[in-house]
This record gives sequence, C-alpha cells and structure tokens, in this order.
Amino acid sequence: MVNYILRRLGYAVILTVLVSFVGFVIIKLPPGDFLTQKLEQLRARGDRSAEAQIEALRAKYGLDKPFMEQYTTWAVGFLKGDFGESFAYERPVRDLLGERLWLTVILSVATLIVVWALAIPLGVYSAVRQYSLGDQIITTISFIGLGMPGFLLALLILYFAIVVLNQDVLGLFSPQYQDAPWSIGKVLDLLQHLWVPAIISAVTGAGGLIRIMRGNLLDTLGQPFIEAARARGLKNRDVIWKHGVRMAINPLIVILGSEALPGIISGNALVSIVLNLPTIGPLFVQALRQLDMYLAGTCLVIFTILLMLGNLLSDLMLAWLDPRIRLE
Amino acid sequence: MESISKDLFIEVKDLHVEFDVRAGIVKAVDGMFLEIRRGQTVGVIGESGCGKSVTARAIMNMIPKPGKITGGEILYHRRNRETGEVQTIDITKLDPDGEIIRQIRGGEIGMIFQEPMSSLTPVYTAGQHIYEAVSLHRLIPVKKLGDQMVETIVAHRKVTKEEAREIAVEMLRKVGIPKPEQRVDSYPHQLSGGQRQRVMIAIALSCQPEMLIADEPTTALDVSIEAQILDVMRDLQNTVNMAIMFITHNLGVVAEMAEEIVVMYMGKQVERARVVDLFYKPKHPYTQALLRSIPRIGKKSDVRLATIEGMVPDPFHLPTGCVFHPRCPMFMPGKCDKIEPSNIQVDDHHWARCLLYEEVKV
Repeated sequence: MVNYILRRLGYAVILTVLVSFVGFVIIKLPPGDFLTQKLEQLRARGDRSAEAQIEALRAKYGLDKPFMEQYTTWAVGFLKGDFGESFAYERPVRDLLGERLWLTVILSVATLIVVWALAIPLGVYSAVRQYSLGDQIITTISFIGLGMPGFLLALLILYFAIVVLNQDVLGLFSPQYQDAPWSIGKVLDLLQHLWVPAIISAVTGAGGLIRIMRGNLLDTLGQPFIEAARARGLKNRDVIWKHGVRMAINPLIVILGSEALPGIISGNALVSIVLNLPTIGPLFVQALRQLDMYLAGTCLVIFTILLMLGNLLSDLMLAWLDPRIRLE
Repeated sequence: MESISKDLFIEVKDLHVEFDVRAGIVKAVDGMFLEIRRGQTVGVIGESGCGKSVTARAIMNMIPKPGKITGGEILYHRRNRETGEVQTIDITKLDPDGEIIRQIRGGEIGMIFQEPMSSLTPVYTAGQHIYEAVSLHRLIPVKKLGDQMVETIVAHRKVTKEEAREIAVEMLRKVGIPKPEQRVDSYPHQLSGGQRQRVMIAIALSCQPEMLIADEPTTALDVSIEAQILDVMRDLQNTVNMAIMFITHNLGVVAEMAEEIVVMYMGKQVERARVVDLFYKPKHPYTQALLRSIPRIGKKSDVRLATIEGMVPDPFHLPTGCVFHPRCPMFMPGKCDKIEPSNIQVDDHHWARCLLYEEVKV
C-alpha cells in the first residue's frame, strides 16, 4: 500500500513537470508576448519612452533570455514558493492567488456540500420511487441542469434578482462591506450573495450526480443480494442504504476525487465571470487572454496537482470502501 | 384431526399472484395450494416459470414489483417460542415492510437462493452478514431471580458483537467451512461458489428459523458441490428439526431430500403425493411425462429419451380448460379443452388435478 502511494506520487511529480512544460510552451505559442501588447498600447498613447520602458521590463522579467532558461528559472522558483510576477497586475503571483484563495475555497466547499447533500438523497429517492411523480420532477430538473450551461442560468438568475427582487447580488459583498474588516454584518452580507452561485452550482452540478446515483442504484437494487438482505428481515430503509447505496456509491467517489477537488480551487470560471465573483477561475481566464504567462502557468500547475491528488485520494477511498479493489 | 392441525406450519390456499407488465397481465401463480408441516421437507418441482419461486416469495411477502398477490391466503401458524401458543396469521394481509413480517423473515422463515455468487453483499464479510441477521432476530433472555426463587425472563437484549462472532464461527463450522475462525472475516469474493452457498445456509440457520425455503440452492453449483450442500442441509435438518420447502427442477435432488412432493405447472399444483407414490404411481399425465424424461441407467442406449410434446404456453394466452391439454398425451377432446379440472384426492394422501379422475358432465 505504502509502495503504491509512493509510486503514484512519483508519477504525479513527473506528470506535473510535463504539464507545466507543455503549458508554458502553449502560452508562449501565440506571436508576441504580454510586453509587445503593452508596447502597442504605450505607442498608441504616444509615449516616447515606450521602447526603453519595455526593454527594462523585459530584462526585469527575464523575457530576453532563451525559452529553456525562462522555464527553468520559473520552475525552480516555483519549488521555492516563488511563482513569478504577474505582468498585468505588476505584483507577485503568490499574493494575487493568496488574496482570492480562501474566498474561492469557501465558495467551492459551500457549493460542494450543497450539491452533494442534494444530489445523493434526490438520486436515491428517484431510484427507489422509479417513475413516480417525484422521480419525474427530479428527472426533468436534473436534465435541465445537465443541459443548460451554468453561465446562462447565472444570467437568468441575475435578471430575476435585480429586476424582480431589486436586489444587488453581484460579487460576494455589497460595496460598503467590500474592504471592511470582518463583522457579523459582513458575514450576513456574504450569505445574502452566496445563494446565487450556490443555486447555480446546485442545479448544474447536481443534475449529473442525481442521474448517476439513480442509474447505479437501480442496477444495484436489482441484484440478488438485495433480495437476500430483505429475506433476512432488514427494514426497507436499511436494505436501500446499507446494501443498495453502499454498493452504488463508487462512481460518485471517483467524481468527487477527479472533479470536485480541483474544482474547489478553480471554481466555475464562467459563472464567476458573469456574477463578478473574486475567485481564481476568472483570474486564470484573464491571464490566458493577456498572455500573463507566470500567472497562467502557476494556475495550471496548481490545477494539475490538485487533479492528481484528487485522483489518488479517490482511488485510496475506493480501495477502503470496496474490499474487491486491491491497489498494487 | 386435532394433532394434524397443530402440526401445520404454512397453508397456502388458492393463492393468485399477477404481474402487471406492459404486454398484459401474467398470472404467475393461479390458484396454488400448499401445506407444510413442522419439521417436514416438501419438494416443489416444475419447469422454469411455473411459479415455484413466486410462491416462495409470496410466503415471505416479498413479491417483486410489478407483481401483486391478487387472491387467496397464506396462513402461518405462528408458535410463540416461550409460551408455545399458536396464533394464525395471514401473511398476505401483512404490511410488506412492517414489524411482524420482518420478524418472520429470517427469524422464523429463512431463505436461501439460487445465486450464491451474488446473494452476498460484496462489501461485507461472512461474519458481518451473520451478525446483521443475528442482531435482528436472536434475542438473549435476561433472567432475574423472582419472588419465589424462580428465574423469570424480564427482558430480551440483542447479542453483542463478541457473541455474534462466536455464533458466526460456530455456524460456519456446522456448515462445513474449513478454518471458520479465519473464514468469518472473508469477503464473498474470497470464497468459492460452494462456500458462498454454505455461508448463505449459515446465515439463514444462525437465527434458528422454523422453516427454510431453499429456492434451487444447488442449481448454480457443480454436481460434487451439490451433493455436499445437500448433505449439509440434511444433517442440519436432523439436528434442528425445521421444515424445508425445497424448490427445484431437478427430480433426482428432490427424491433424495423430500418426504412429500408438489408438482407445479403454470402456477397451479397439479399433483401432490409422498415421494415414493409420486415416483412409482404418478397420476397426472404431466408428472408421468416428466418422469419419462429422466435418463435411467441400464436402459437401452439406442432409445431416445422421451420429451414432453409442445411448448410451455404463452402466459398471455392461456389454453382453455386444463392448461396442460395442448401437450397432454391423454387429451380428451371436448372435455379437457372445455372444463377446468379441480384438485381430486385419488389415493391415500395423493391428489391430482386432472379430468381423468374426475366425474364431470360434458
């Protein structure tokens, strides 16, 4: 087991290096870089010292050096905890991410809990009461959630909240609390804003999970061991949860590891853009568009690490839950 | 008469079970009668789909959807283990997830299934399965010294984990699993098919039921394992004196196990007799045809084995009159296709549902 974990971690390190390298190459692929874009802007404004300024910046960020050297400098710095500097913000990437990190985590964990707390019971209900009115309603809503992109739902809810309810729900805080220190009022204000992303994530995120839970549980409930458990005199509820759900939950564990953990950091980027949420997702999208390569590269590497960690964790959890799975 | 009715354990009377499927209504059990006495082994035989398993599930009141008990009754003469009083309940009237039927399932009537490979939940060990059953049904009396210096039972408590483990090891030893102290912690995938069926039997017997329903318990196993499992069941029956309802389509197996045999065809009992009578003096043409289809050692090998003519009828378009008439070698035109035979006593403790033995006017 220890061997297995060590080997998986070894692969993860190799893969992270590869992903960071390829990511770096792809960010570099478009002609020009952040500074050539900036140069154009300065020239357009008629700044005479533009060339000199840019050259100074180029030297400062090491952009005049060969590609491999740029990469290794950044990668070595990364290991020391120095993720380089963002061109657009002219601040260290570390500080930029740090600011947004914990709001992102709060938001993601909150929605994760809402989504899972909704999806599992609804999926179970849907399977146990197959073709009942409740099942039909849940199924319809989960197909809407599966089919509609989150940002579209975000726009609809925004329209509803602002025009109908006349409530400001953009961002995570009202303007007066934006930079205020933490207080009960600020927390209440946060909760007032949090419901919008929570509903959107619940509908879009739970839809798929409900369908998976329902399908798996229906398969499991048809198995002979379910009938055998009932013949032993178990309560229907215990048959469903201790034998049915217990066996049907495996695919959800895989999803929890491979989608939910990386999602905690990135958040839903498009929804965050629409709702103007200060999470890491929009920062990453913007960095890619502006060729802000250290910021983009750092986000990419962090997502990769979390994805692999999530996969490893879900594999370990599966092995712990199901004795038939052995890790070697 | 008095003593006979005292011995009765289960009486199935004119049971009807229907499955409402998209293509129509299937009458899986259509007027079934069955009697099982305490300590008696009754074999139920018939082709696949004749309603054997559905009858068994009706006794447990666990007919799978979309099936429904639509008529008849299942009388269970329930004996109180402490007072010995017998109370009769109609199982078909019980709430399928209610307290009483859950006490009966597993606790008073145990059941083992056709598919030992998938009848154990893969994530629980053999011991955990037994613990689950035992903690539901096996209550330990808590005794107290009463006024007249007599121990009286004041309450019942559940078995503890340690006691359950002891019971589990003991049961696994009884059903012949080697190294039971280790096997008790084995998961189903670590056991062979024969061992899993032994574990199923151990689970069922760990609650000391008064009847065991064995629904084709050896069909999925090879012959040598089958013989071992049958031995285990016979030995256990001798030691614990429980009734067995043994469902099978294997005539050899049933001859070995049962005292009395009930032959089913299309959801009905067509013949009922003691084993010896049924094999030597079969009355119903269906039973006679079934017996002709068994290969015999010593018979000329160039003679082809007899088969039953025709096919099992389409469940949506049942034949009129006697359901067996289209396949019957003794078919009497104008009679068998018009009149439905009733259950006739043809001999001492021998019943058949056939117009050959019935005086009817056409």
